[in-house]
Amino acid sequence: MNAPQKVSEAIAAPVGILAELTHRCPLACPYCSNPIELDAREGELDTETWKRVFSESAAAGILHAHLSGGEPASRRDLTEIVKHCRDVGLYSNLITSGVGLSEARMQELADAGLDHVQLSIQDAEAESADRIGGYKGGFARKMDVAKWVKQVGLPLTINAVIHRANIARAGRMVEFAYELGARRVEIAHTQYYAWAYLNRTALMPSRAQTEKAVAEVEALRKVYAGKIVIDHVVPDYYARYPKACMGGWAKRTLNITPHGKALPCHAAETIPGLEFWNVREHSISDIWYNAPAFNAFRGEDWMVEPCRSCPRKSQDHGGCRCQAMALTGDARNADPICHLSPFHDKVAAIAATFEEVDANVPAGDYVYRTLKTQAPVA
Amino acid sequence: MSETVVISAESKPHLPRGMHLKHDATRGEWLLMAPERVLKLNAVAVEILKRCDGKATLGEIVDQLAAAFAAERERIEVDVRALLAELVAKRMVDL
Ligand code: SF4
Ligand code: SF4
Repeated sequence: MNAPQKVSEAIAAPVGILAELTHRCPLACPYCSNPIELDAREGELDTETWKRVFSESAAAGILHAHLSGGEPASRRDLTEIVKHCRDVGLYSNLITSGVGLSEARMQELADAGLDHVQLSIQDAEAESADRIGGYKGGFARKMDVAKWVKQVGLPLTINAVIHRANIARAGRMVEFAYELGARRVEIAHTQYYAWAYLNRTALMPSRAQTEKAVAEVEALRKVYAGKIVIDHVVPDYYARYPKACMGGWAKRTLNITPHGKALPCHAAETIPGLEFWNVREHSISDIWYNAPAFNAFRGEDWMVEPCRSCPRKSQDHGGCRCQAMALTGDARNADPICHLSPFHDKVAAIAATFEEVDANVPAGDYVYRTLKTQAPVA
Repeated sequence: MSETVVISAESKPHLPRGMHLKHDATRGEWLLMAPERVLKLNAVAVEILKRCDGKATLGEIVDQLAAAFAAERERIEVDVRALLAELVAKRMVDL
């Protein structure tokens, strides 16, 4: 163990781990939050290493294990990993596209102690959904998966990412999730990082479309109270203040990539100069308390003006570091979503592009997410 | 929107699959584990939820608590209903 580095406040134990078990995925969503440079199958952590990671996670105080990807069902050892999570007392949440699961496998996962399934849908209509995911028959398979989740008695959350091609059905997706038997639905407007950034002209809806969709979903909260819980992630271009991204840098959760790199958030690698540690060389607790990338933006000492002297700093932690990096060139700056940021005009410029989107023009071709070919440079 | 939830004295509240009551050794607290969420529980909530086993009715749970804590039945019933209504609305407790 290295000597702990000094941080201005005591570091609270982590609560969640997002394990990207693999980047392999049969789907090819153009908004995928995985990095453009996906981790290849060679070099993925093996079963024993993942088990060690989960044992260390539980010992470090982590409560939730989010088993994600890519498509986690692409790993043959998924059941063994789920069982291990149960054995060490972690709450296991499978984040899946559904493709790669079968009825028998779902039963196996339930028997192994899986706690919850989050199933993504690309749209509420088959043809459009399959075009967005770049996988024929994907929608039909998801309908089966939802049925099997119910059969084995597991709670289901439906997750839908909203963009130009499906925004007309944002409200319909809530209804649809309820029909599929979900207890929770996440309606998340696209955040333009990674693949979504590459595809932003094809994905971005108009402001009018967005406002209509947001209002529609909000109105459904009343209709579905006590039936399905709606988690709604709305675009923040028009906000005055940023969100507390990740609940604060390295405050609650960590991400592990398929090759074992530990990140404070999935976009952290877009910030140059950060030193990331790998679970092959370090334990989870060593990483949480000592990895340089985790300590880089902990506390408030790293802040510059206007955050440094702002009364809101302990509330929003200055917003998103990756957004500050992308739009201002320095990750320490205030998230430019904030109207106090001297770079706020950059956000206004994005909002203006948004304004010009003509909803009547077809969305255009996507650059589909793929492991194989190099994506064109944005 | 808890006012939309009606709980009868005969209903048998229970934690559905995917919800667990957990004593967390790291933090020394009782937690209600939900998908994507963790709720910190106070001592009263823990005592209520421990009794939500799908067998005891709401009325029986209130009786048990009144006996265990030598407290007024009416006051306990208010607490129990308030907690359950909130959790039912969040789909964290089934009736
Ligand atoms: S967003 Fe789509 S492509 Fe990316 S991992 Fe999920 S299902 Fe696969
Ligand atoms: S100046 Fe910084 S801390 Fe203050 S509201 Fe804006 S982003 Fe948050």
